Amino acid sequence: MKRAIATLAYLYALSMLIFLYGPLMVMIVMGFNRSPFYQLPFHFDLIWFQKLVTNERILVATRNSIVLALAVSLLATFLGTLAAWAMARYRFRGKSFLQVILVPPIAIPWLILAVALLLMFYWLKIPRSLFTLVVGHVGVSLPYVILVMMTRFQGVDWGLEEAARSLGADPLTAFRRIIFPLILPGLIASLMFTFAISFDNFTLSHFLAPQGVSTLPVEIYTSIRKGFTPEINAISAIVFFFSATLVIFSGREIKFVE
Amino acid sequence: MGRWRRLFSLIVLLTPSYGWLVFAVLAPLGIMFVFSFLSDVPIGERAVFFTLKNYQDFFQNTFYWRLTAKSLLTGLYTTILCILLGYPLALIMAKIIPHRWRTALFMLVIVPFWSNTIVRLYSWAIVLRKGGVLDLFIQWLGFESGSLEILYTYQAVLVGLVHGYLPYMVLTLYIAIDRVENSFLEAAASLGANAWQRFWRILFPLSLPGMISGSILIFIPTIGSFVEPRLLGGRTGTMIGTIIEDQFVQLFKWNFGATLAFLLLVVVLILMALLGLLLRQMRLLRGEGG
Repeated sequence: MKRAIATLAYLYALSMLIFLYGPLMVMIVMGFNRSPFYQLPFHFDLIWFQKLVTNERILVATRNSIVLALAVSLLATFLGTLAAWAMARYRFRGKSFLQVILVPPIAIPWLILAVALLLMFYWLKIPRSLFTLVVGHVGVSLPYVILVMMTRFQGVDWGLEEAARSLGADPLTAFRRIIFPLILPGLIASLMFTFAISFDNFTLSHFLAPQGVSTLPVEIYTSIRKGFTPEINAISAIVFFFSATLVIFSGREIKFVE
Repeated sequence: MGRWRRLFSLIVLLTPSYGWLVFAVLAPLGIMFVFSFLSDVPIGERAVFFTLKNYQDFFQNTFYWRLTAKSLLTGLYTTILCILLGYPLALIMAKIIPHRWRTALFMLVIVPFWSNTIVRLYSWAIVLRKGGVLDLFIQWLGFESGSLEILYTYQAVLVGLVHGYLPYMVLTLYIAIDRVENSFLEAAASLGANAWQRFWRILFPLSLPGMISGSILIFIPTIGSFVEPRLLGGRTGTMIGTIIEDQFVQLFKWNFGATLAFLLLVVVLILMALLGLLLRQMRLLRGEGG
């Protein structure tokens, strides 16, 4: 009886994994199939990856996405870490309020935030540009950084810093030698996590990118609406493995509770 | 001296982040609210005045009522499906599978969730389309090609949504179930409770907060979804989210779009407030403090 239940449980878990991964696997495999119409039998071919290398639009969109995600992850992690530092280090009035207002940017559907930003930039007469994209992406990334780094800072024993100071270390040295190594895992996780948020974000970019400029998700979306080509499978396969790697490495740090 | 220095540090450390959040999140929502009462987008010399017309257009047109109902129902269906599919998996992860496999399974559940939404939906389009893998499988079973038309139906939208949001439910439920001490269950068993009673009397009630958090995390983004309906729903995929996108991208009726988005925001905020209250009540009842 117990054995039967265990077997059933494993089968169920397996079927859920097939549901979660099946379509993605099909997509990746089809990226290596010679037929442009996804015909079987399967003939292994790298032709779609070769075509990808000469596809100017996708290459430019990929470069845009990487530049944007780098800028967003550096900015969000830096600013968010400062705020988390203050929240963990000091007691002050209004702290719980500051924590509560981190929830809306996470919980409100991105569609609403995106159109609201579009309206504000229009009203301020700021043309859509890399800047408007960065404003939006950093805005939705900051709460995650602050939450993750606050947890990190709360684990820091501030007595260590005081000890270093009393032994003659100046504030900068104390930070560099004591605090920084302690929060480094959180910093790396935040960088990777916010990079993933920005790199994968379609909704904000869809509304905030300037005319004629696209990020990779926007480019893939446009191509899908035009029709199916295996080149998209190829780039999607690369994107999938890339995101998966990022999440696995940052996932150790972030407990995904928020 | 110390007090001023402290205040100074706090301001220097907190202003950049919170200033950014005000500029990128709060201010735009406020401006959206104002736009929803304007007669037109202010361009050049055009006369713009305050009006309730956008709200009247929404409330007097049953088309938008029906779409709102459809979006809310879609959120409900997605949430229920995620609970039904996710509960057994969370239970298996927390109580049945050996500890050493747990982290691996945990990671496996998370990865597709953080993978690109567009890529995920594209992969479903490949599987569900006519001549796609599912169609080939149906043919292999001996049915005619296209006898199961799935892509560009409402069901396809649900599949895409459930696929995207299932991990939320599994994770929040896993955390809740994992917290239930095995000793509770053993105590119940030693007092003669069978597996059925142990589940319904102990495990299930204790996992409810996790289920509620998971539900709200799924329900809120689902009612505002527009990419899933666009890519998998075709013409049947019109929802309040796609209508909002239309106002901005196709029709340039930005003020009406702002009205729709603001009304959606109100629904979201009400739901969040209700959830907060509900979770607090449950914690108070259990004596865990507020």
